[in-house]
Amino acid sequence: MMTAPGSGRPGLYYPKMPSTWWLRHPAYFRFMMREVSSVFIAIFLVVFLVQVHQLSRGPDAYAAFLEMLRSPGWIAFHVVALAFALYHSVTWFNLTAVVQVVRVGERQVPPRLVAAATFGLWTVLSLGILLWFLLRS
Amino acid sequence: MSTRKTSEPFWWGLFSVGGVVAAFLVPVHLFLHGLAIPLGWISISHARMLALVGQPLVKAYLFLLIALPLYHWAHRFRFILEDVGFHSLRAPIAVASYASAVAGTLATLWVLFRF
Repeated sequence: MMTAPGSGRPGLYYPKMPSTWWLRHPAYFRFMMREVSSVFIAIFLVVFLVQVHQLSRGPDAYAAFLEMLRSPGWIAFHVVALAFALYHSVTWFNLTAVVQVVRVGERQVPPRLVAAATFGLWTVLSLGILLWFLLRS
Repeated sequence: MSTRKTSEPFWWGLFSVGGVVAAFLVPVHLFLHGLAIPLGWISISHARMLALVGQPLVKAYLFLLIALPLYHWAHRFRFILEDVGFHSLRAPIAVASYASAVAGTLATLWVLFRF
């Protein structure tokens, strides 16, 4: 194993770049938006966890929380977060279809077909969950 | 290349599983609990919702739905900060990100056990 002279562990080289490098090219921007989608998803999950917690605290606390979520700020947040969540799903499925090689016998299933099947499963699952809630309303 | 053993594969595994859960399940739940239910497009009474979350299977589902994507966030958030230039804080950023996800997991357990 080769090591840099005078150090136990080779250092990592970071090219000097401005922190706004991702604004320079549409592809870099899309990459950053994909990464940032995780932040919106995480905020939603924390808010959702609080919603579940309010449910356990009783009807009044739960109603008050839903009332808060009806405010324009929270609606705007959830609309934006939904767009990011959908972007995560689309980029994730497209990526895994390429990374995950699916074989039938000797032949590799084309990544496009894998992606199509995943998108189909996602649609069925989402509609199923939506219907499950609708039937209980 | 460093040959040191790291916990990287473990966190990457959680990142990956969390990414799958987020991709398949988060959009529909975000629509339901962020928009449809608060706005009254779908109205489910408190009693009914409480009965639903009381079921062990629903609890297990909620645990996976909430906790796993937090590790997905932790991994990506860590590299967002590195990518915009916080190279010198590499280790503390990693520790803080994954620790937040672990704290979120414990909070999720705490909330769900109260039902």
